[in-house]
Amino acid sequence: MPLIAASAARRSVVRPALTAFPEPYSAGSVMSVHSLTVERVSAILALATQLENEDPLKRATRLAKRRIALLFYESSTRTRTSFELAAKGLGADTTLVSSLSSSIEKGETLKDTGLTLKALGAEAIILRHPSSGSPWLLERETGLPVLNAGDGMHEHPSQALLDLRTILAHLRPGVETATAETLAGVTVTIVGDILHSRVARSNMLLLPKLGARVILCGPPQLLPAVAAEAGPGLEIERDMAAAMKQSQVVMMLRIQAERLAGLQLDLEEYKSSYQLNEARLAEYAPGALVMHPGPIIRGLELTGEVADGPQSVILEQVHHGVAIRMALVERALTAGSAAACDAMGGRQ
Amino acid sequence: MSVILIKGGHLIDPAAGVDGLRDVVLRDGRVAEIMAAGKAKVEADAQVIDAKGLTVAPGLVDIHVHLREPGQGHKETIATGTAAAAAGGFTSVAAMPNTVPTNDSPEITRWIQAPERKASVRVFPIGAATRGLKGEVLNDYAALKAAGVVAVTDDGHPILKDSTMREVLKNATRNGLSVIQHAEDTRLTGGCSMNAGVTAFRLGLRGMPPEAEYGLVERDIRLLSELTREVNGSKVGHLHVAHTSTAQAIAAVSQARRNGLRVTCEVAPHHFLLTEEHVRAYNTNAKMNPPLRSIADRDAMIQGILDGVVDAIATDHAPHAAHEKEVEFERAPNGITGLESALGLSLRWLHHEWKLPLGRVLSLLSAQPAALLGLKGRGTLTVGSFADVVVFDPKAEWVFRAKDSRSKSKNTPFDGWTMQGKVWWTISEGRVVFKGV
Repeated sequence: MPLIAASAARRSVVRPALTAFPEPYSAGSVMSVHSLTVERVSAILALATQLENEDPLKRATRLAKRRIALLFYESSTRTRTSFELAAKGLGADTTLVSSLSSSIEKGETLKDTGLTLKALGAEAIILRHPSSGSPWLLERETGLPVLNAGDGMHEHPSQALLDLRTILAHLRPGVETATAETLAGVTVTIVGDILHSRVARSNMLLLPKLGARVILCGPPQLLPAVAAEAGPGLEIERDMAAAMKQSQVVMMLRIQAERLAGLQLDLEEYKSSYQLNEARLAEYAPGALVMHPGPIIRGLELTGEVADGPQSVILEQVHHGVAIRMALVERALTAGSAAACDAMGGRQ
Repeated sequence: MSVILIKGGHLIDPAAGVDGLRDVVLRDGRVAEIMAAGKAKVEADAQVIDAKGLTVAPGLVDIHVHLREPGQGHKETIATGTAAAAAGGFTSVAAMPNTVPTNDSPEITRWIQAPERKASVRVFPIGAATRGLKGEVLNDYAALKAAGVVAVTDDGHPILKDSTMREVLKNATRNGLSVIQHAEDTRLTGGCSMNAGVTAFRLGLRGMPPEAEYGLVERDIRLLSELTREVNGSKVGHLHVAHTSTAQAIAAVSQARRNGLRVTCEVAPHHFLLTEEHVRAYNTNAKMNPPLRSIADRDAMIQGILDGVVDAIATDHAPHAAHEKEVEFERAPNGITGLESALGLSLRWLHHEWKLPLGRVLSLLSAQPAALLGLKGRGTLTVGSFADVVVFDPKAEWVFRAKDSRSKSKNTPFDGWTMQGKVWWTISEGRVVFKGV
């Protein structure tokens, strides 16, 4: 059957140019880890540390009374709270718009909600949305810097950055900047529902930029073979023990029941193959960090003992979230770009 | 009625085997005379078009457009859609039945063709194969045909049930109508908004597997083959595969033809030019169904055209209002406009870059699609044919601007693309319906 494709390949002719992964319009936007070069990652990490160590009163003058909107179309505990604390820590005024107590319920579109927030003086929007790619729409229509706080099954870049900061704190203590070799020799295994996970996508594309090797582990229904082609430094290992044995970090993921779209999954079978319990951890990765972006479902992807155990850094991840998000918010309002300033009509 | 003399142009009429300098005389809506250049006498009342240095060809024929009327005039009307067609060099368009209501009846078929619609070019309605495109009850094909329908389809709502598709093929064959199938096994594409593969995974979008298309093409070919055996080949049915997008579907069509079946296919410009990579910025103007596919599939479309497996270029012109496309990628409707960019893209890429002779490009855009749907007197400029003509400068390069489009909608991924071949005159049944500036 593929004869035709093969003969086309032999014919070497010009084709229309392919489009690259697009850069955001605003320099302060972070919508995908794709646009985060190692230099940018390094600068964000350094800024996070600087802000974390700064006198809180001085810090609160940085963005005093600037306006930042949190636009949340999905529920969230960690991400929303830490973005809000981060913005307030820098002195900004924040306002939360959620899909359940706003005109979104009446059918207002993302475009119109974004334009409304802009008219109210928002200088940046932090967006969580169930549709992949929605930050691109919001940025295009408003011209404001957009921080992606999770879009559908696509990405969750601030989570990957805080995961990176957590990993560095343990495996590279004292290192506050990043290069392409910073995580050389480190293997991270991501286990579970990778197909539906925006956290997995952001981490699997970010960590290899710093030299880490990433092993993806899960059953075919939740981890299609094509995932290994998503970027450099990726491998698939279906056997959890084999993956764990090679790893310094084991990152567990929740099964995203809300995105399974009719997929039938035998949970008992899943647990027997992929649950992280004390016995597995002790046998295959006794020294590894155990991570989880939350929310955790105790007794499903990992046991309560592991979540509360000595190898777990789950709450440290939450803690690192505030510093990373301070850096992202500061950057969103100060990175500037001609386009962003034009779109805002100069800064009012 | 009026007389038009097109003087000294390079006439390319692939169906008639003409490729040379000719004068063309149009009288009373028909081609009256074709003469060696300089031989035609200028009649006193004739409008003279100086075509020196220009190409004169049969008006183009697009067998797959959505004109949105009745029911969705905010996207397009028959008047605006056919104005766009005229600007693109098209003089015949076949209108898909997924209107509101769907084209199930002679009444709607006649309504579409009524002079009150103010069509610039000839509109050939395509009837709904089943009532309301639901894939259950067949419409009255004899009545539809008598009212002017040229084919039947449930476009956009593929007929999945074997028994229904068998009945559709049987009834259409009995009535001398072609069956057009939008080949998509929708059991495999629920919730999907682009092609399946690594790009879809990377973008967090659910992907339509290629087998959803070619699986149904193969099924339809099997049903047609069984039907042909049943009737001893005495009355041969015609299956036309709409907007083919996968290498395997092209291969299946090619194989079916070698087996003696009457199976044809069309390819849209976006499927021989673009790939799934164009979705990367979640550009809703890169969202259509079938979706933009892999590089290998795109290359197979080019190869299928160059090899002659592909019978027609059709645009699948699918206008949508700006507000309908300015939404989240997964929520955006499928489709792009195409009538004003098809000739420019085909000449730029198929002819200029990939060296397909001009006559073959024009044949794919006129003679072949006209023959495919049995549109008599269209797609050729022999004496007595309809005076449907496009006069264009094949060398002129220009930049396509969506905002300048005659279509009511501007949803095109080709905004800002360089086109080749500027249309100077489009003449439909002897009337100048477009004049370039």
